[in-house]
Amino acid sequence: MSQTARLTVQRGAPGQAHAERYDVPFEPGQSVLDGLRWIRAHRDPSLAFRFSCINANACKECMMLLDGKVIYACTERLTDGEMRIEPLGNKALIRDLVTEIAPPDERL
Amino acid sequence: MIHLETDVAIIGAGGAGMAAAIAASEAGSRSILLDRSLIGRGGATVMAQMTVAAAVGEQTEDHWTHHLKDTLAAGRGLCDERLARLLCEEGVAAIRKLQEWKVGWAAEDGHLKQVQAPGHDRPRCVYVDFLNTGPAVSKTLRTQVIRHDLIRRVGDLYALDIVLRDGAAVGVLAVHLHTGEPVLVAAPSVVIATGGLTRLYRRNSASLNMGGDGYALALRAGASLIDMEFVQFFPIGHLAPRLIGMDPIMWDPFRYKLGGRLLNGNREEFTQKYGVADGGRYQITRDQATYAITKEVEAGRGSPAGGAYLSFEHVPEAELRKAFGPIIDKLAKNGIDLTKTAIEVAPIAHYHMGGVRVGTDMETEVANLYCAGEAVGGANGANRLSGNAITEALAFGFVAGRNAAVRAQAAGAVGDIAADAAEGLAMLQAKGRPDAPNSAALIAALQDLMQDYVGPFRTQEKLTHALAALRRMRGELGDTPFGTGAAYDAERLDWYDLRTMLTVAEAVTMAAIARTESRGAHQREDFPGQDAEWEVNQVIRLAGTGELTLERRPVIREPELEAAS
Repeated sequence: MSQTARLTVQRGAPGQAHAERYDVPFEPGQSVLDGLRWIRAHRDPSLAFRFSCINANACKECMMLLDGKVIYACTERLTDGEMRIEPLGNKALIRDLVTEIAPPDERL
Repeated sequence: MIHLETDVAIIGAGGAGMAAAIAASEAGSRSILLDRSLIGRGGATVMAQMTVAAAVGEQTEDHWTHHLKDTLAAGRGLCDERLARLLCEEGVAAIRKLQEWKVGWAAEDGHLKQVQAPGHDRPRCVYVDFLNTGPAVSKTLRTQVIRHDLIRRVGDLYALDIVLRDGAAVGVLAVHLHTGEPVLVAAPSVVIATGGLTRLYRRNSASLNMGGDGYALALRAGASLIDMEFVQFFPIGHLAPRLIGMDPIMWDPFRYKLGGRLLNGNREEFTQKYGVADGGRYQITRDQATYAITKEVEAGRGSPAGGAYLSFEHVPEAELRKAFGPIIDKLAKNGIDLTKTAIEVAPIAHYHMGGVRVGTDMETEVANLYCAGEAVGGANGANRLSGNAITEALAFGFVAGRNAAVRAQAAGAVGDIAADAAEGLAMLQAKGRPDAPNSAALIAALQDLMQDYVGPFRTQEKLTHALAALRRMRGELGDTPFGTGAAYDAERLDWYDLRTMLTVAEAVTMAAIARTESRGAHQREDFPGQDAEWEVNQVIRLAGTGELTLERRPVIREPELEAAS
């Protein structure tokens, strides 16, 4: 049976950050990353977030904040209620949920 | 615009790319190891939880010629025998090299442990516990890469085109994802190490970045692709219940160690109906299991989520713990107790046998353009032997890196390549389309189409439907990138990905339509059975008109091998 997660997601480039709300239907067991991907395919494809391995928790790219706490979006489950998603606070913001997470000597 | 300069530009920083960079550095050349994602974290190697095949002869006596025999048999007569030989022969040294670098291959009683995977004539596959083979290989290579001052690592760099001058590679046009800025990497030799194409399918075991980038880069540069119709489906990818934080391929090592029983929706063993008894031991090959599960589901005897059950209920908990300790706890966190429940599995796109055509030096038909790893086609023919993927990544990576370095030293610096890249640079300046369709939904539609119409079991009707749909989607995509090209523009990134994925999907579909027989991973329901007439490879090129062309080529044999066996 489908439930609804109410996601408040930080959007925008540095200095223009604002929050947007999305109601995301989900099946119990689905991840926060599943929810963000649903938003892109059904509401707004411009939503930017990083991920690579999708489900395996191998790439460690999908780090972000859920209600102020650092999570991996691929292993955190969606819940039936309010969820606040923000970019990592201690990394430079690129856009939306994307931050500069590469080691300094692997950047351009 | 940013200008970088090096000796060897390597696109893709998974297992093959990192191996190539190390080999180039050992040969005295500088390299730039670039990746659209993080260095050593994307691609397929890091996700591999299984085993690595090489005739190191630790568990039992072995020789690379035995490994080669099994590789050729799995390839159903279509392997480029020179490349298959290279994989098996160089694979031994590659596995030893990783051992020297302390990857931690599982060992007991003073020798490496080797398990017997399906299709191998003896225990040949090394691994790292627990389900840690890929992460350990990636980490070990990454540690080595960092030690080499000649290697510069650059993440978040998306390769758009191979830059050519007089038909030879002189570098890479890329875009820096964090700023949207174009980047030119000038280099007298270039290595494509971008992995396979499994992202084309809805159910896949790949990273996001496995959308066939290297195939499209190679085609546009003028190289050709081989065996594109052969997509390997892994039969027992996790299906249900929802499992997070684990690779869907994880059940394979469980089967190596513990056997497990494949059951249909009525909880009966069924593979014997399709000619292969599997009773509790892991004997059925990938294509056979994919066929058996798919047919059982079609006959209405699937598991509730549309696959088969995989049961370890008969295995005592102590034995499960001994074999997979920490993984059992991870499963418990997902609410799964293997002693009480059978999980559900179904085929999942896993690997691509086809790829860029190369010689034994890993050079493509385009001068100074090399290829390595899964992106290479030919070594595995119509079906890849279990355990050969990481062996191939390492062996081909080392060979490609070494040869690309030698070439770079001979060719010398290429100077400014901006004029050579003019066409690609112009595309990057596009202002976008106001009426652009949802790019993420387009990718999902493409994945659905490939899964449902160009999956493991194919018919003329399904394939021609897919080809028409792909061409329609190509029209929808147009020539003007979506988005604005600003910092981390997700829509523009999707557009670049779709440009690649549609070209590569069309190559797979065209080759699948033409091959009117069933062989290995390519199964035509309207042409069951292998046809000796079809013991040929199909080669695809991109014509000047922008259309793909297809031709047949005889399989490359190695007569001395046949004489020796």
